[in-house]
Amino acid sequence: MLFRKFSLLIYALLILIPLVVVLLTSVKTLQETFRDPLGLPDGGFNFDNYVAIFQEQTMAGYFLNSTIVTLFSVSLTLLLAAMVAFGITRMNTWVGNVLFGLFTLGMMVPAQVIMVPLYSLMLDLGLTNSLVGLILVNISTTLPIAVFILTGFMKTLPKELFEASTIDGAGNWKMFTKVAIPLSMPSLSATAIFLFVMHWNDLLYPLLFITDNAYKTLPLALLEFQGQYSTNYPMLFTGVIIASAPMVIAYVFLQRYFVAGITAGAVKG
Amino acid sequence: MRISKSIYLFFLPGLVLYSLFFLYPTISALFYSFTDWDGLSTTFQFVGIDNYTRAFTGDSIFQKTIGNNLKFMLTVVVFQTLVALAFALIVIKNTKTNVFLRALYFFPTILSSVSVAFIWAFIYDPSMGILNQVLELIGLDFLAQNWLGNANIAIYSLAITQVWFHAGQMLIIFVAGLQAIPEELYEVAKIEGASKWQAFRSVTWPLLAPSATIVVAYTTIQSFKAFDLVFAMTGGGPNNSTEIIATYIYEVAFKSYQFGYASSISVIFMVIIALITYLQFKALRSDRVSY
Repeated sequence: MLFRKFSLLIYALLILIPLVVVLLTSVKTLQETFRDPLGLPDGGFNFDNYVAIFQEQTMAGYFLNSTIVTLFSVSLTLLLAAMVAFGITRMNTWVGNVLFGLFTLGMMVPAQVIMVPLYSLMLDLGLTNSLVGLILVNISTTLPIAVFILTGFMKTLPKELFEASTIDGAGNWKMFTKVAIPLSMPSLSATAIFLFVMHWNDLLYPLLFITDNAYKTLPLALLEFQGQYSTNYPMLFTGVIIASAPMVIAYVFLQRYFVAGITAGAVKG
Repeated sequence: MRISKSIYLFFLPGLVLYSLFFLYPTISALFYSFTDWDGLSTTFQFVGIDNYTRAFTGDSIFQKTIGNNLKFMLTVVVFQTLVALAFALIVIKNTKTNVFLRALYFFPTILSSVSVAFIWAFIYDPSMGILNQVLELIGLDFLAQNWLGNANIAIYSLAITQVWFHAGQMLIIFVAGLQAIPEELYEVAKIEGASKWQAFRSVTWPLLAPSATIVVAYTTIQSFKAFDLVFAMTGGGPNNSTEIIATYIYEVAFKSYQFGYASSISVIFMVIIALITYLQFKALRSDRVSY
């Protein structure tokens, strides 16, 4: 019993200590960090790093880019995936099955496999250094998993509900917006959280398609701080905190949904 | 019941985007893998299977990346699965403390790979890193290392970071699997006088197999795709000792502009992933236990 409690404590500390060190380092000076990497700052907490990072970097711009890309990617993936899932569920013919197979095939192809041809396609279409380009790629690459999860859910909905609305004279679109969407809310919200975390944290696509500072998202900007600040950990960690803040705040309030959503994505992906 | 033809319109936007930005690049990777395209010029030559021959016989770095990928994968799969299972067994009951601990263990999953990379660069830092300081504190300073700079151990240092990053997520999958096992089975085992270990072996373990397969399958695929973490922490160095297939594709395509050759490595990568997925899917099917 004692051993179990001890193990739990050790694991908890392995998570907590690095996080506390990140917070502490962000309110220390570089000299204080070199002198005593783990200790409290002797000159007291100071928020100079936060001020400096906003002065030296276009942080607000990166933050805005990440927000735009994530919001549009998540909502459009959900909308398009829900439409496809609805189509597959309603059709229930071999065409539907083939389309389902075609979409789920995409879950097996890792993003890294298509980075070379995708890059040249984006160049040809003039979609590099563009937030729209990022959003389009994000939607396309997360459609498979979203279609898979949502189709699985919609197939469990009672058919009678759809049929009742047909008798009432509702067309497909009305059936989609008035019946399928409201009933699929649990699955939609779990998928939304899964996509939210994935798009907010994505590095690969911005790395491939964005070179202009005006269009960089937080993870890419953060990665490049490394080249600029080298081992200036106070600055790097200040960047980490700013980039993670929205995710952490959302996690604190929606913890249960996060765990369910991300795990659903893992199990089904 | 007849369904109106307008149902096809529901597929249209999704299918167009998916075909253009996903299916088309996937197929063209296969096409370019038979060419010597450099990614910049408008012309290229067909070179047959030269790129594939080169990957398997002439490119020692590529062969090294496959080895690195395997080292990384095995370390992560073994440690992550053991840690996740061991701790899931302890925090299985929904008490307040356990719910809190599960949320804490899960926390790193929501961070970006770049953030995790920075945090662990600081932990592993040879001069002021947390790890070496702790080792010194407990009198084990002879173990202190340049964790990411030593070509013999860097790949394992990365693997440990990956475990820290994702073990909590796998723990949750195990907890869900464990909670689905009916309580009565344990009571029966108890009545029949089974020890704790016997109960684990004859009740928990066989019924846990589906979750275990999911965890192992997911961890395996995830470790092959660990591009972000490796790219941000070591960039494949030192001396290609942490180069994995994904970072090598990036290197070959965007640093040395050999798009044709990079495409052929991508195709090999795809085949490896498909093979693993297929094998694990088969194992998952045969492991299903009913009760």
